[in-house]
Amino acid sequence: MEIRTAFHKRLREIQNDVLAMGSMVEKAISRSIEALKERDLDKAHGVIAEDLKVNKKRFTIEEKCVQLIATQQPMAGDLRAIICVLNIITEIERIGDHAEGIAKIVVMIGDEPPLKPLIDIPRMAEKASDMLHRSLDALINRDADAAKQIVTEDNEVDNLYDQVFRELLTFMAEDPKTITRATRLIWVAHNLERSADRVTNICERVVYMVTGKMEELEVSKY
Amino acid sequence: MSINLELTDKKAPISDEIRISTRDLSLYYGDFQALRNITLDILENAITAIIGPSGCGKSTFLRLFNRMNDLITGVRVEGSVELDGVNIYDKDIDVVELRKRVGMVFQKPNPFPMSVFENVAFGPKRHGRKNRMELEDIVEKSLKQAALWDEVEDKLGQSALALSGGQQQRLCIARVLAVEPEVILMDEPCSALDPIATLRIEDLMRSLAENYTIVIVTHNMQQAARASDMSAFFMMEDDRAGILVEYGPTEKLFTNPEDKRTEDYITGRFG
Repeated sequence: MEIRTAFHKRLREIQNDVLAMGSMVEKAISRSIEALKERDLDKAHGVIAEDLKVNKKRFTIEEKCVQLIATQQPMAGDLRAIICVLNIITEIERIGDHAEGIAKIVVMIGDEPPLKPLIDIPRMAEKASDMLHRSLDALINRDADAAKQIVTEDNEVDNLYDQVFRELLTFMAEDPKTITRATRLIWVAHNLERSADRVTNICERVVYMVTGKMEELEVSKY
Repeated sequence: MSINLELTDKKAPISDEIRISTRDLSLYYGDFQALRNITLDILENAITAIIGPSGCGKSTFLRLFNRMNDLITGVRVEGSVELDGVNIYDKDIDVVELRKRVGMVFQKPNPFPMSVFENVAFGPKRHGRKNRMELEDIVEKSLKQAALWDEVEDKLGQSALALSGGQQQRLCIARVLAVEPEVILMDEPCSALDPIATLRIEDLMRSLAENYTIVIVTHNMQQAARASDMSAFFMMEDDRAGILVEYGPTEKLFTNPEDKRTEDYITGRFG
Protein backbone atom coordinates (compact mmCIF):
# COMPACT_ATOMS: atom_id res chain seq x y z
CA MET A 1 0.00 0.00 0.00
CA GLU A 2 1.41 3.36 -1.04
CA ILE A 3 1.46 5.54 2.06
CA ARG A 4 3.29 8.68 0.95
CA THR A 5 1.07 9.61 -1.96
CA ALA A 6 1.27 13.38 -1.43
CA PHE A 7 5.06 13.28 -1.29
CA HIS A 8 5.38 11.09 -4.36
CA LYS A 9 2.96 13.33 -6.24
CA ARG A 10 5.20 16.32 -5.50
CA LEU A 11 8.22 14.35 -6.65
CA ARG A 12 6.49 13.57 -9.96
CA GLU A 13 5.57 17.24 -10.35
CA ILE A 14 9.21 18.18 -9.97
CA GLN A 15 10.18 15.69 -12.65
CA ASN A 16 7.55 17.16 -14.95
CA ASP A 17 9.03 20.60 -14.30
CA VAL A 18 12.41 19.23 -15.40
CA LEU A 19 10.82 18.00 -18.64
CA ALA A 20 9.28 21.41 -19.22
CA MET A 21 12.62 23.10 -18.58
CA GLY A 22 14.26 20.64 -20.98
CA SER A 23 11.84 21.48 -23.76
CA MET A 24 12.41 25.22 -23.21
CA VAL A 25 16.12 24.61 -23.79
CA GLU A 26 15.56 22.32 -26.79
CA LYS A 27 13.54 25.12 -28.32
CA ALA A 28 16.29 27.63 -27.50
CA ILE A 29 18.87 25.50 -29.32
CA SER A 30 16.77 25.12 -32.46
CA ARG A 31 15.75 28.81 -32.51
CA SER A 32 19.34 29.97 -32.05
CA ILE A 33 20.39 27.89 -35.08
CA GLU A 34 17.40 29.15 -37.08
CA ALA A 35 18.44 32.70 -36.19
CA LEU A 36 21.96 31.90 -37.40
CA LYS A 37 20.75 30.39 -40.68
CA GLU A 38 18.18 33.09 -41.35
CA ARG A 39 20.24 36.01 -40.00
CA ASP A 40 17.20 36.80 -37.90
CA LEU A 41 18.35 39.18 -35.18
CA ASP A 42 14.87 39.43 -33.63
CA LYS A 43 14.83 35.70 -33.15
CA ALA A 44 18.32 35.84 -31.64
CA HIS A 45 17.22 38.53 -29.19
CA GLY A 46 14.19 36.37 -28.41
CA VAL A 47 16.46 33.45 -27.43
CA ILE A 48 18.53 35.75 -25.20
CA ALA A 49 15.40 37.04 -23.48
CA GLU A 50 13.94 33.53 -23.04
CA ASP A 51 17.09 32.37 -21.28
CA LEU A 52 16.06 34.44 -18.27
CA LYS A 53 12.93 32.28 -18.02
CA VAL A 54 15.07 29.12 -18.14
CA ASN A 55 17.25 30.43 -15.31
CA LYS A 56 14.16 31.31 -13.30
CA LYS A 57 12.66 27.87 -13.90
CA ARG A 58 15.87 26.29 -12.61
CA PHE A 59 15.64 28.25 -9.34
CA THR A 60 11.97 27.34 -8.94
CA ILE A 61 12.76 23.63 -9.33
CA GLU A 62 15.74 23.88 -7.01
CA GLU A 63 13.62 25.55 -4.37
CA LYS A 64 10.99 22.81 -4.62
CA CYS A 65 13.70 20.18 -4.17
CA VAL A 66 15.12 21.93 -1.11
CA GLN A 67 11.65 22.19 0.40
CA LEU A 68 10.99 18.53 -0.22
CA ILE A 69 14.28 17.51 1.41
CA ALA A 70 13.67 19.78 4.39
CA THR A 71 10.08 18.79 5.01
CA GLN A 72 9.82 15.19 3.82
CA GLN A 73 13.18 13.60 4.65
CA PRO A 74 13.31 11.54 1.45
CA MET A 75 15.26 8.29 1.58
CA ALA A 76 16.98 5.88 -0.78
CA GLY A 77 15.65 6.00 -4.36
CA ASP A 78 13.55 9.09 -3.62
CA LEU A 79 16.56 10.91 -2.19
CA ARG A 80 18.66 9.93 -5.21
CA ALA A 81 15.91 11.15 -7.55
CA ILE A 82 15.92 14.59 -5.92
CA ILE A 83 19.71 14.84 -5.89
CA CYS A 84 19.67 13.76 -9.53
CA VAL A 85 17.18 16.51 -10.41
CA LEU A 86 19.31 19.12 -8.61
CA ASN A 87 22.30 18.16 -10.71
CA ILE A 88 20.39 17.80 -13.95
CA ILE A 89 18.77 21.23 -13.79
CA THR A 90 22.22 22.79 -13.48
CA GLU A 91 23.28 21.00 -16.67
CA ILE A 92 20.09 22.01 -18.52
CA GLU A 93 20.52 25.59 -17.40
CA ARG A 94 24.08 25.60 -18.77
CA ILE A 95 22.91 24.10 -22.07
CA GLY A 96 20.45 27.00 -22.16
CA ASP A 97 23.43 29.33 -21.70
CA HIS A 98 25.13 27.68 -24.68
CA ALA A 99 22.04 28.39 -26.81
CA GLU A 100 22.03 31.95 -25.53
CA GLY A 101 25.74 32.11 -26.41
CA ILE A 102 24.93 31.11 -29.99
CA ALA A 103 22.23 33.80 -30.16
CA LYS A 104 24.73 36.40 -28.96
CA ILE A 105 27.14 35.30 -31.70
CA VAL A 106 24.31 35.74 -34.21
CA VAL A 107 23.86 39.32 -32.96
CA MET A 108 27.61 39.85 -33.24
CA ILE A 109 27.65 38.55 -36.82
CA GLY A 110 24.85 40.98 -37.64
CA ASP A 111 24.51 41.43 -41.38
CA GLU A 112 27.92 40.15 -42.41
CA PRO A 113 27.63 38.01 -45.56
CA PRO A 114 27.49 34.27 -44.83
CA LEU A 115 30.78 32.42 -45.15
CA LYS A 116 29.24 29.20 -46.43
CA PRO A 117 25.95 27.31 -46.34
CA LEU A 118 25.46 25.77 -42.90
CA ILE A 119 25.18 21.98 -42.94
CA ASP A 120 27.13 20.33 -40.15
CA ILE A 121 26.37 22.96 -37.50
CA PRO A 122 22.59 22.39 -37.78
CA ARG A 123 23.30 18.65 -37.64
CA MET A 124 25.24 19.10 -34.43
CA ALA A 125 22.37 21.12 -33.00
CA GLU A 126 19.81 18.50 -33.96
CA LYS A 127 21.88 15.71 -32.47
CA ALA A 128 22.59 17.55 -29.21
CA SER A 129 18.95 18.50 -28.89
CA ASP A 130 17.81 14.94 -29.56
CA MET A 131 20.27 13.60 -26.98
CA LEU A 132 18.93 16.08 -24.42
CA HIS A 133 15.35 15.07 -25.14
CA ARG A 134 16.07 11.37 -24.80
CA SER A 135 18.18 11.83 -21.64
CA LEU A 136 15.15 13.38 -19.95
CA ASP A 137 12.97 10.53 -21.21
CA ALA A 138 15.48 8.19 -19.57
CA LEU A 139 15.09 10.19 -16.35
CA ILE A 140 11.31 9.86 -16.36
CA ASN A 141 11.41 6.19 -17.35
CA ARG A 142 14.25 5.44 -14.91
CA ASP A 143 16.06 3.80 -17.79
CA ALA A 144 19.79 3.45 -17.05
CA ASP A 145 20.45 1.47 -20.25
CA ALA A 146 18.99 4.21 -22.42
CA ALA A 147 21.09 6.77 -20.56
CA LYS A 148 24.25 4.74 -21.19
CA GLN A 149 23.38 4.44 -24.88
CA ILE A 150 22.97 8.22 -25.25
CA VAL A 151 26.44 8.78 -23.79
CA THR A 152 28.02 6.75 -26.59
CA GLU A 153 26.38 9.06 -29.13
CA ASP A 154 28.45 12.02 -27.96
CA ASN A 155 31.11 10.78 -30.42
CA GLU A 156 28.88 11.74 -33.33
CA VAL A 157 28.75 15.33 -32.12
CA ASP A 158 32.51 15.32 -31.51
CA ASN A 159 33.13 14.04 -35.04
CA LEU A 160 30.92 16.73 -36.54
CA TYR A 161 32.81 19.29 -34.50
CA ASP A 162 36.10 18.00 -35.93
CA GLN A 163 34.68 18.29 -39.41
CA VAL A 164 33.40 21.85 -38.90
CA PHE A 165 36.71 22.85 -37.39
CA ARG A 166 38.76 21.38 -40.26
CA GLU A 167 36.58 22.97 -42.88
CA LEU A 168 36.68 26.44 -41.30
CA LEU A 169 40.42 26.16 -40.84
CA THR A 170 40.77 25.61 -44.58
CA PHE A 171 38.73 28.76 -45.25
CA MET A 172 40.94 30.77 -42.94
CA ALA A 173 44.14 29.38 -44.42
CA GLU A 174 43.02 30.20 -47.93
CA ASP A 175 41.74 33.68 -47.18
CA PRO A 176 42.65 35.52 -43.97
CA LYS A 177 39.70 37.89 -44.52
CA THR A 178 37.41 35.05 -43.46
CA ILE A 179 39.09 34.61 -40.06
CA THR A 180 36.57 36.67 -38.07
CA ARG A 181 33.53 35.01 -39.59
CA ALA A 182 35.02 31.51 -39.39
CA THR A 183 36.08 31.97 -35.77
CA ARG A 184 32.52 32.95 -34.85
CA LEU A 185 31.19 29.78 -36.43
CA ILE A 186 33.75 27.76 -34.49
CA TRP A 187 32.37 29.36 -31.33
CA VAL A 188 28.89 28.28 -32.36
CA ALA A 189 30.08 24.72 -32.95
CA HIS A 190 31.91 24.75 -29.64
CA ASN A 191 28.72 25.73 -27.81
CA LEU A 192 26.96 22.76 -29.40
CA GLU A 193 29.80 20.39 -28.62
CA ARG A 194 29.70 21.44 -24.96
CA SER A 195 25.91 21.02 -24.89
CA ALA A 196 26.26 17.38 -25.90
CA ASP A 197 28.93 16.89 -23.20
CA ARG A 198 26.51 18.24 -20.64
CA VAL A 199 23.89 15.75 -21.80
CA THR A 200 26.37 12.97 -20.95
CA ASN A 201 26.55 14.42 -17.42
CA ILE A 202 22.77 14.26 -17.23
CA CYS A 203 22.96 10.61 -18.29
CA GLU A 204 25.48 9.84 -15.55
CA ARG A 205 23.03 11.28 -13.02
CA VAL A 206 20.19 9.16 -14.39
CA VAL A 207 22.35 6.06 -13.98
CA TYR A 208 23.10 7.10 -10.39
CA MET A 209 19.43 7.63 -9.68
CA VAL A 210 18.52 4.18 -10.97
CA THR A 211 21.47 2.11 -9.72
CA GLY A 212 22.91 4.15 -6.84
CA LYS A 213 26.31 3.98 -8.52
CA MET A 214 28.27 7.13 -9.27
CA GLU A 215 30.36 6.48 -12.33
CA GLU A 216 31.89 8.44 -15.14
CA LEU A 217 30.42 6.94 -18.27
CA GLU A 218 32.59 8.66 -20.83
CA VAL A 219 35.67 10.78 -20.96
CA SER A 220 34.78 13.18 -23.74
CA LYS A 221 37.25 13.83 -26.52
CA TYR A 222 36.93 17.56 -25.82
CA MET B 1 22.73 -13.02 4.47
CA SER B 2 26.14 -11.44 4.81
CA ILE B 3 27.13 -8.06 6.16
CA ASN B 4 28.25 -5.82 3.38
CA LEU B 5 30.55 -3.17 4.79
CA GLU B 6 31.44 -1.85 1.36
CA LEU B 7 30.13 1.64 0.80
CA THR B 8 31.21 2.65 -2.70
CA ASP B 9 34.97 2.45 -2.33
CA LYS B 10 35.53 3.04 1.35
CA LYS B 11 34.91 1.00 4.49
CA ALA B 12 32.50 2.23 7.08
CA PRO B 13 34.57 3.89 9.80
CA ILE B 14 33.62 1.47 12.54
CA SER B 15 35.13 -1.48 14.30
CA ASP B 16 34.80 -4.87 12.69
CA GLU B 17 35.05 -6.64 16.05
CA ILE B 18 31.91 -8.62 16.73
CA ARG B 19 30.39 -8.11 20.18
CA ILE B 20 27.13 -9.99 19.93
CA SER B 21 26.20 -12.53 17.32
CA THR B 22 22.96 -14.37 16.76
CA ARG B 23 22.78 -17.54 14.73
CA ASP B 24 19.55 -18.97 13.29
CA LEU B 25 17.72 -17.37 16.13
CA SER B 26 14.02 -18.09 16.41
CA LEU B 27 11.69 -17.13 19.22
CA TYR B 28 8.22 -18.45 19.99
CA TYR B 29 5.52 -17.14 22.29
CA GLY B 30 3.71 -20.46 22.80
CA ASP B 31 2.71 -21.60 19.29
CA PHE B 32 3.29 -18.20 17.74
CA GLN B 33 6.66 -17.68 16.10
CA ALA B 34 7.75 -14.07 16.67
CA LEU B 35 11.23 -14.27 15.13
CA ARG B 36 12.54 -16.53 12.39
CA ASN B 37 16.16 -17.55 11.79
CA ILE B 38 17.84 -14.27 12.59
CA THR B 39 21.57 -14.31 11.96
CA LEU B 40 23.24 -10.99 12.67
CA ASP B 41 26.50 -9.64 14.13
CA ILE B 42 26.48 -6.57 16.36
CA LEU B 43 29.77 -4.73 16.06
CA GLU B 44 31.74 -3.41 19.00
CA ASN B 45 31.48 0.30 19.76
CA ALA B 46 28.96 0.77 16.98
CA ILE B 47 25.44 2.10 17.30
CA THR B 48 23.19 -0.45 15.69
CA ALA B 49 19.62 0.54 14.89
CA ILE B 50 16.82 -1.97 14.46
CA ILE B 51 14.00 -0.63 12.33
CA GLY B 52 10.85 -2.08 10.87
CA PRO B 53 7.07 -1.90 11.02
CA SER B 54 5.14 -2.43 14.24
CA GLY B 55 4.92 -6.04 15.33
CA CYS B 56 7.94 -7.22 13.34
CA GLY B 57 9.76 -8.37 16.47
CA LYS B 58 12.25 -5.51 16.93
CA SER B 59 11.77 -5.18 20.69
CA THR B 60 11.55 -8.95 21.14
CA PHE B 61 14.87 -9.23 19.35
CA LEU B 62 16.46 -6.55 21.53
CA ARG B 63 15.21 -8.19 24.73
CA LEU B 64 16.95 -11.40 23.75
CA PHE B 65 20.32 -9.78 24.41
CA ASN B 66 19.83 -9.56 28.16
CA ARG B 67 17.26 -12.31 28.43
CA MET B 68 14.42 -9.98 29.34
CA ASN B 69 12.12 -12.32 27.45
CA ASP B 70 12.74 -14.95 30.15
CA LEU B 71 10.25 -13.05 32.29
CA ILE B 72 7.42 -13.88 29.87
CA THR B 73 5.87 -17.32 30.30
CA GLY B 74 5.73 -19.62 27.31
CA VAL B 75 8.75 -18.13 25.57
CA ARG B 76 11.00 -20.53 23.73
CA VAL B 77 14.27 -19.64 22.03
CA GLU B 78 16.04 -21.64 19.33
CA GLY B 79 19.47 -20.90 17.91
CA SER B 80 22.13 -18.98 19.75
CA VAL B 81 22.96 -15.50 21.02
CA GLU B 82 26.64 -15.11 21.77
CA LEU B 83 28.15 -12.29 23.78
CA ASP B 84 31.90 -12.26 23.25
CA GLY B 85 31.66 -15.82 21.96
CA VAL B 86 29.66 -17.26 24.88
CA ASN B 87 26.08 -18.40 24.34
CA ILE B 88 24.03 -16.42 26.84
CA TYR B 89 21.25 -19.01 26.65
CA ASP B 90 23.50 -21.72 28.13
CA LYS B 91 22.15 -23.19 31.36
CA ASP B 92 25.02 -22.02 33.56
CA ILE B 93 24.73 -18.35 32.62
CA ASP B 94 24.21 -16.02 35.59
CA VAL B 95 21.37 -13.80 34.36
CA VAL B 96 21.98 -11.11 37.00
CA GLU B 97 25.59 -10.83 35.87
CA LEU B 98 24.45 -10.82 32.23
CA ARG B 99 22.09 -7.90 32.85
CA LYS B 100 24.91 -6.00 34.52
CA ARG B 101 26.99 -6.42 31.36
CA VAL B 102 24.06 -5.69 29.07
CA GLY B 103 22.09 -2.72 30.40
CA MET B 104 18.76 -1.52 29.12
CA VAL B 105 16.99 1.82 28.69
CA PHE B 106 13.25 1.71 28.15
CA GLN B 107 10.72 3.64 26.13
CA LYS B 108 9.29 5.62 29.00
CA PRO B 109 11.74 7.09 31.50
CA ASN B 110 11.27 5.01 34.64
CA PRO B 111 13.20 6.59 37.50
CA PHE B 112 12.66 5.03 40.91
CA PRO B 113 10.66 7.18 43.32
CA MET B 114 13.75 8.20 45.23
CA SER B 115 16.45 10.86 45.01
CA VAL B 116 18.58 11.47 41.92
CA PHE B 117 21.59 10.17 43.85
CA GLU B 118 19.86 7.01 45.02
CA ASN B 119 18.63 6.24 41.52
CA VAL B 120 22.16 6.14 40.17
CA ALA B 121 23.66 4.47 43.27
CA PHE B 122 20.96 1.79 43.29
CA GLY B 123 22.67 -0.61 40.89
CA PRO B 124 26.18 -0.40 42.31
CA LYS B 125 24.74 -0.90 45.83
CA ARG B 126 22.92 -4.03 44.70
CA HIS B 127 26.19 -5.26 43.29
CA GLY B 128 27.88 -4.81 46.67
CA ARG B 129 29.39 -1.32 46.50
CA LYS B 130 28.63 0.19 49.94
CA ASN B 131 31.38 2.76 50.50
CA ARG B 132 29.81 6.25 50.42
CA MET B 133 32.85 7.96 48.84
CA GLU B 134 33.04 5.30 46.18
CA LEU B 135 29.34 5.63 45.45
CA GLU B 136 29.64 9.41 45.19
CA ASP B 137 32.37 8.96 42.61
CA ILE B 138 30.29 6.49 40.63
CA VAL B 139 27.23 8.75 40.71
CA GLU B 140 29.18 11.80 39.57
CA LYS B 141 30.99 9.91 36.82
CA SER B 142 27.80 8.28 35.56
CA LEU B 143 25.83 11.54 35.55
CA LYS B 144 28.67 13.26 33.70
CA GLN B 145 28.79 10.50 31.11
CA ALA B 146 25.04 10.82 30.70
CA ALA B 147 25.44 14.59 30.14
CA LEU B 148 23.20 15.33 33.12
CA TRP B 149 25.65 16.31 35.87
CA ASP B 150 25.61 20.07 35.18
CA GLU B 151 21.84 20.13 35.47
CA VAL B 152 21.50 18.11 38.68
CA GLU B 153 24.70 18.51 40.69
CA ASP B 154 22.96 20.81 43.17
CA LYS B 155 19.83 18.69 43.44
CA LEU B 156 21.18 15.20 43.96
CA GLY B 157 19.02 14.83 47.08
CA GLN B 158 15.81 15.81 45.32
CA SER B 159 13.29 13.38 43.95
CA ALA B 160 14.12 12.11 40.48
CA LEU B 161 10.44 12.44 39.60
CA ALA B 162 10.82 16.24 39.66
CA LEU B 163 13.12 16.14 36.63
CA SER B 164 11.86 16.79 33.09
CA GLY B 165 11.19 13.83 30.78
CA GLY B 166 14.45 14.30 28.91
CA GLN B 167 16.39 14.59 32.16
CA GLN B 168 14.67 11.50 33.54
CA GLN B 169 15.68 9.54 30.47
CA ARG B 170 19.30 10.65 30.82
CA LEU B 171 19.07 9.69 34.51
CA CYS B 172 17.98 6.22 33.44
CA ILE B 173 20.99 6.09 31.13
CA ALA B 174 23.23 7.20 34.03
CA ARG B 175 21.68 4.42 36.12
CA VAL B 176 22.65 1.89 33.47
CA LEU B 177 26.17 3.33 33.18
CA ALA B 178 26.67 3.15 36.95
CA VAL B 179 26.99 -0.62 36.88
CA GLU B 180 29.60 -0.38 34.10
CA PRO B 181 27.94 -2.36 31.37
CA GLU B 182 29.55 -3.29 28.07
CA VAL B 183 26.45 -3.16 25.94
CA ILE B 184 23.52 -0.73 26.23
CA LEU B 185 20.16 -1.69 24.78
CA MET B 186 17.70 1.10 24.08
CA ASP B 187 14.08 0.34 23.32
CA GLU B 188 12.53 3.44 21.73
CA PRO B 189 14.40 5.67 24.19
CA CYS B 190 13.10 8.92 22.71
CA SER B 191 9.49 8.11 21.91
CA ALA B 192 8.26 9.93 25.03
CA LEU B 193 10.56 12.91 24.56
CA ASP B 194 10.28 16.23 22.74
CA PRO B 195 12.48 16.85 19.65
CA ILE B 196 15.19 18.77 21.50
CA ALA B 197 15.46 16.18 24.28
CA THR B 198 15.55 13.56 21.51
CA LEU B 199 18.52 15.23 19.80
CA ARG B 200 20.33 15.43 23.17
CA ILE B 201 19.90 11.70 23.68
CA GLU B 202 21.14 11.01 20.15
CA ASP B 203 24.17 13.19 20.81
CA LEU B 204 24.76 11.35 24.06
CA MET B 205 24.55 8.01 22.27
CA ARG B 206 27.28 9.15 19.91
CA SER B 207 29.63 10.02 22.77
CA LEU B 208 28.79 6.80 24.64
CA ALA B 209 29.55 4.73 21.56
CA GLU B 210 33.23 5.49 22.09
CA ASN B 211 33.16 3.16 25.07
CA TYR B 212 30.04 1.06 24.72
CA THR B 213 28.26 -1.02 22.16
CA ILE B 214 24.75 0.35 21.65
CA VAL B 215 21.72 -1.32 20.13
CA ILE B 216 18.64 0.81 19.64
CA VAL B 217 15.15 -0.06 18.52
CA THR B 218 13.37 2.87 16.96
CA HIS B 219 10.18 3.57 15.08
CA ASN B 220 11.71 6.79 13.89
CA MET B 221 13.56 6.12 10.65
CA GLN B 222 15.14 9.56 10.65
CA GLN B 223 16.51 8.81 14.09
CA ALA B 224 18.05 5.58 12.85
CA ALA B 225 19.52 7.45 9.88
CA ARG B 226 20.89 10.25 12.05
CA ALA B 227 22.19 8.34 15.01
CA SER B 228 23.33 4.87 13.99
CA ASP B 229 26.34 3.34 12.28
CA MET B 230 24.67 0.08 11.28
CA SER B 231 21.01 -0.56 10.55
CA ALA B 232 18.99 -3.73 10.47
CA PHE B 233 15.62 -3.79 8.76
CA PHE B 234 13.10 -6.31 10.07
CA MET B 235 9.69 -7.13 8.67
CA MET B 236 6.94 -9.68 9.10
CA GLU B 237 6.32 -12.68 6.93
CA ASP B 238 2.78 -13.80 6.12
CA ASP B 239 2.51 -15.78 9.37
CA ARG B 240 3.62 -12.61 11.26
CA ALA B 241 7.02 -14.03 12.17
CA GLY B 242 9.72 -11.34 12.16
CA ILE B 243 12.62 -11.79 9.76
CA LEU B 244 15.79 -9.83 9.07
CA VAL B 245 15.57 -8.42 5.55
CA GLU B 246 18.72 -6.35 5.33
CA TYR B 247 21.62 -5.35 7.53
CA GLY B 248 24.47 -3.01 6.68
CA PRO B 249 26.04 0.41 7.14
CA THR B 250 23.40 3.04 7.81
CA GLU B 251 24.61 5.31 5.00
CA LYS B 252 24.19 2.49 2.52
CA LEU B 253 20.83 1.31 3.80
CA PHE B 254 19.31 4.78 3.61
CA THR B 255 20.77 5.81 0.26
CA ASN B 256 20.92 2.62 -1.75
CA PRO B 257 19.42 -0.41 -0.03
CA GLU B 258 20.04 -3.82 -1.55
CA ASP B 259 16.58 -5.24 -1.00
CA LYS B 260 13.48 -3.84 -2.66
CA ARG B 261 11.45 -4.44 0.50
CA THR B 262 13.82 -2.15 2.43
CA GLU B 263 13.55 0.48 -0.29
CA ASP B 264 9.76 0.26 -0.26
CA TYR B 265 9.61 0.59 3.51
CA ILE B 266 11.99 3.49 3.95
CA THR B 267 10.51 5.44 1.05
CA GLY B 268 7.00 4.89 2.38
CA ARG B 269 5.77 2.69 -0.44
CA PHE B 270 4.35 0.26 2.06
CA GLY B 271 3.52 0.75 5.69
